[in-house]
Amino acid sequence: MSAFGTRMNRVEDRRLLTSGGVYVDDLRVPELRGAAYVTFVRSPVAHAVITRIDTSRARAHPGVVAVYTATDLTGLPAPQPFGRPAHSGGFFAELLLAGEKVRFVGEPVAVVLTDARYDGRDAAELVDVEYRRLPAVVGPAEALLDETLLFEEAGTNLAGQRDRDTYDDTVFDEADVVVEREIVNHRVACVPMEGRATAAVFDGTRLTVWHSSQNAQRCRSTLAESLGIPSEAIRVIVPDVGGGFGAKIGIDRDAIVVAWAAWRSGRAVRWAESRAENLVAMTQGRAQLNRIKLGGRRDGTITAYRLDVVQDAGAYPRTSTLAPVTCTMAPGVYDIPHVQSGYRVVVTNATPVNKYRGAGRPEATAAIERAVDLFAAEIGMDPAEVRRRNVIAADAFPFRSATGACYDSGEYGAALDRALGAAAYPRLRAEQAARRDSGCVKVLGIGMSVYVEMTGGGGETAKVTVDGKGQATVLTGSSTQGQGHHTAWAMLVEAELGIPVDRITVVHGDTDLIPKAVGTYSSRSLQLGGSAVHKAASDVRSQARRHAAGLLGVRESDVTLDVGSGTWHVADDPGRFLTWGQVADHTGTASICADVEFASDRPTFPFGAHLSAVEVDTETGMVTVLRHVTVDDAGPILNPVLAEGQRHGGIAQGIAQVLFEEVRYDADGTPLNATLADYGAVAAADLPDFELEAGETPTDVNPLGVKGIGEAGTIGSIPAVQNAVIDALAHLGVRHIDMPMTPGRVWAAIREADAERRSPR
Amino acid sequence: MNRISVNVDGTTYEDEVEPRLLLVHYLRDRPALTGTQIGCDTGNCGACTVDLDGASVKSCSVLAVQADGGEVTTLQGLAQDGEWHPLQRSFHERHALQCGYCTPGMIMAARDLLRHNPDPSPEEVRYSLRGNLCRCTGYQNIVQAVLAAAAAPDSVTAPAAGGEQTWP
Ligand code: FES
Ligand code: FES
Repeated sequence: MSAFGTRMNRVEDRRLLTSGGVYVDDLRVPELRGAAYVTFVRSPVAHAVITRIDTSRARAHPGVVAVYTATDLTGLPAPQPFGRPAHSGGFFAELLLAGEKVRFVGEPVAVVLTDARYDGRDAAELVDVEYRRLPAVVGPAEALLDETLLFEEAGTNLAGQRDRDTYDDTVFDEADVVVEREIVNHRVACVPMEGRATAAVFDGTRLTVWHSSQNAQRCRSTLAESLGIPSEAIRVIVPDVGGGFGAKIGIDRDAIVVAWAAWRSGRAVRWAESRAENLVAMTQGRAQLNRIKLGGRRDGTITAYRLDVVQDAGAYPRTSTLAPVTCTMAPGVYDIPHVQSGYRVVVTNATPVNKYRGAGRPEATAAIERAVDLFAAEIGMDPAEVRRRNVIAADAFPFRSATGACYDSGEYGAALDRALGAAAYPRLRAEQAARRDSGCVKVLGIGMSVYVEMTGGGGETAKVTVDGKGQATVLTGSSTQGQGHHTAWAMLVEAELGIPVDRITVVHGDTDLIPKAVGTYSSRSLQLGGSAVHKAASDVRSQARRHAAGLLGVRESDVTLDVGSGTWHVADDPGRFLTWGQVADHTGTASICADVEFASDRPTFPFGAHLSAVEVDTETGMVTVLRHVTVDDAGPILNPVLAEGQRHGGIAQGIAQVLFEEVRYDADGTPLNATLADYGAVAAADLPDFELEAGETPTDVNPLGVKGIGEAGTIGSIPAVQNAVIDALAHLGVRHIDMPMTPGRVWAAIREADAERRSPR
Repeated sequence: MNRISVNVDGTTYEDEVEPRLLLVHYLRDRPALTGTQIGCDTGNCGACTVDLDGASVKSCSVLAVQADGGEVTTLQGLAQDGEWHPLQRSFHERHALQCGYCTPGMIMAARDLLRHNPDPSPEEVRYSLRGNLCRCTGYQNIVQAVLAAAAAPDSVTAPAAGGEQTWP
C-alpha cells in the first residue's frame, strides 16, 4: 500500500493548537529553573576600532551575575559556521565576541548575565564601549573598489572568486541581438517568527544546550569545535522551532557564546533574542549584484548567456556555497550552447549573509528569467514563445547542463503550457491590451518564469522500532521547523507496516537519541530523511516476516502482512495470524528495530512554471498581485496538504521579496529598517489566493521518486512577479526595475520612461 | 512593586510585580502559560495577542499592572473539557499552521474578528489580520480556516492524540 497522494491533516497540530507548542524560550524544565538571562551588548556602529571596554559599572549593577567580553574568550578556536568558505584563507576570521574591531551594526561585543530578565537591559546599557569610527563599506559595488578595507591584513575586500578569467566574448558573435544589464538581487532578512533562542546548562561533566535550529547534530559538532570539548560531552536538544528558512542551519556565534557562558559561569542560562537583535544579527539572504548578458537570434533562439555574480557576504563570509550554486544553476531550464558564469565574494559592513529559502537558486533563476524577458522585449516576441523555443526538450533527460549539473528529469515546456493554460493566458493578454487602449490608469502586467532548482544530495539517518505493544517509534535525523515531518514519517511507516499513525511516535532533535544526522535544509527531508524512514520500515518488515514465519511454523514466503489491519497472516489460512505486538514480543528483545542511513549520490532537480498577473496603478506606482498560478513539480506528492502549505509559504516569501522587503542601510552602514514596524514583512492583506496546478514527474535518484518542494514557491514566484510588474509598464518603454518594486520605485520608473518619450531626440 | 490580581484562563493569580513588567512576560513566567508567543518588540507581529476583558490586545504592549482586576483569555484557555474552539478545529482541518509560532495570536485575533463580524468576507478576514504576521503559511489557509470557523461556529471534540513527541 502506498500512502502517496493521501490528504491527511497533521498529527502535530493538536499540541500546537492547544498548548502553543514548546519552543526554546517556553522550556520550563527543572534544569533551567533559576537560569540567568543573557543580554548581548551589540555594536551601534558599522565599522570601528574598539578603543576601550569598561564593564565595571555593569558588574556593580544589582542582579548581575557576570559580564564577559572578548578577553574572557581568548584561546578558544574561532567558530566554524556551516560551510565556512575555503577561500577565506586565514583572513576574514570571525571571533565569538568582537575584540579589537567591529564590522557591522549588531556585532556582539559583550554579554551580561543577570538574575532577572529586565535587569539585563539595564546592565547592558552600563557597559561602556568606546569606538573609533572608520568609514563604512556599504554594498558590494563599494566593496569592490577596495578603498576601505574591513580586514587590512587581507589587503582586499575580495574573499573569493572563480571562473571570471574564462569569460570569452566571442561566443556572443553569432547572436543577432545581445542584451546586457546589471540587476540587483537585494539583501533580505529571514524573519522566522521565532527568533534565535538558546538555553544551556553545564553540570560539571556535560553541557546540555537547547537551541532553535534546523539540525541539532551540526550544532553539537560546531559547539565541540568552538569550545574545544569532545562531542560526547555535549547534548543538543532542539524542541519546536518557529520557522528556520535557512537562517537556523546549525548554530552561530551568538548562540555559541550563550552555551559558553553556561559552561564558564556554571550557571544555567537562557537567551531569546529580541526582534531588534534578530533583524541585525541573524544572518540575512540573497545580497547579490548580477551582470547578465544574453545573446540570441531574431527567431527566438538563445545562443549564449553569461552570469557574473558579485556576492555580498556581509562582514564575515559564513558560507562558501551561495555564489557557486548560483553559477551552477545559471542557465536554468534552457538548452543554451554557450554558458559562462563566475563570481566574486566581497565583505561589507553589514550583517553576514547565509542561506535563505532557496540559497543561491532564486538568484540564478531571477537572473536568467529577467534576461529572457529582456531578450523577448528586444526581438518583439511573446516571452512565452521565447521560453518554449529554448527549454530543454522532454526527451533530453537526464540532461547535463552547460555548467555541469545533471538534471534528473523534467517536462519544462509542459509545465509552462500548463501554467499558461490554467491562467487563460490569451485572455489575460487581451485584457491587458483593452486596458491600455482605454487609457486606464490601472494597467495589467503578466509575468512568467520557468525554473529548475537543485535539492537534496547527501544522506540522512532513521531508526524505526516496533515494540511488544505494537507501537512504532521513528527516530529521524530530519528535524522539523513546521514542515510536518511527524505526519509525513508516520504516513510512510503506516503504509509499510500497517501500524496506524496514532500508534507511531516520531522523535527528532536530540543528539543523545540521534547522534548522527544531517538535518533539514535544501528541501532534502522527504527525499533523504523520508527515504531513510521508508528503508528502515521495510527492513523492520522483512525482519518481522522472518519472526512471524518462525512463530507460525511456516515458510517465510507463506506469510503476508495485511497492511489494512496491521496483522501477519498465513497466506491461505486467514484464521492464523499474529499482531505486530505478538511478533515483536517473541524476538527475544521484545522489539524489532532497524537503524539505517540512506544516501543518494546526486541531488534532484524539481522544476515548474509560475505565471503572475499584477495590476499597477500608474498614478501611484502601487502594485497589486491579482493572480498567481503555479506548477511546482517535485515528483510524487506524499501528502498534498503539506506540499500545498510549503508552496503557499514559498510564494508568499517570493512576492514579499519582490514587492516589499529589503534590508536598507544608510551611508554609515546603519540599518534603516531593523524593526517589524519598518521592515516590510508581508501580511495577509497584501496577498491574493494562489492557484496551484499539479505536476508529478518522478526522479530515479531515490526509492520514493521524490524531489524537494520547500523552496520551489519562492524560486518560481520572484521572477514571475518581477517580470509581471515590468510587463505592465512595457508599453511606456520600461525595460527593467530592480527589486523591491516599491510604489516609489515603480512610480519613478514610470516618470522616467515618460520623460524619455517626451524628450525630443 | 505593585500588587495585582488577574484571572487568566479561569484561574486567579495574586502577585507582586514590577510596574514595568509586560503582560506577555507575566503570562509566560508567572502562570507559565507559554502558549502566548513573542515575535517582535514593536507591537507589529501579533504573536502575543490575548483577550483582556473582552478586548483583543497585544500583550507585549500592555503592562501587567494594567490587567489588575481583569480577566485574560489566552489560546490555552480556549479548549474546554476536550472540546475544541471552532477556530482550533478549522485551523487543523485547513492546515492553517506550520511552525505554529504565530498561531496562538492568529487564533485570538481571528476570534476577536468573528465576535464582531460573524460572517466576514475573505477580504475582511485578510484586512483584519494585517496586524498578525505569519512567515510560514502564506496566509491562504489561515483565511480559509477563519471563514470555515465562521460558517460552522460549533465547538467539537478534539481529535485523538497521535504518538506525539514531548520535550524534556
Ligand atoms: S510580540 Fe506583541 S505584537 Fe509582536
Ligand atoms: S505558522 Fe509559522 S509563523 Fe505562522
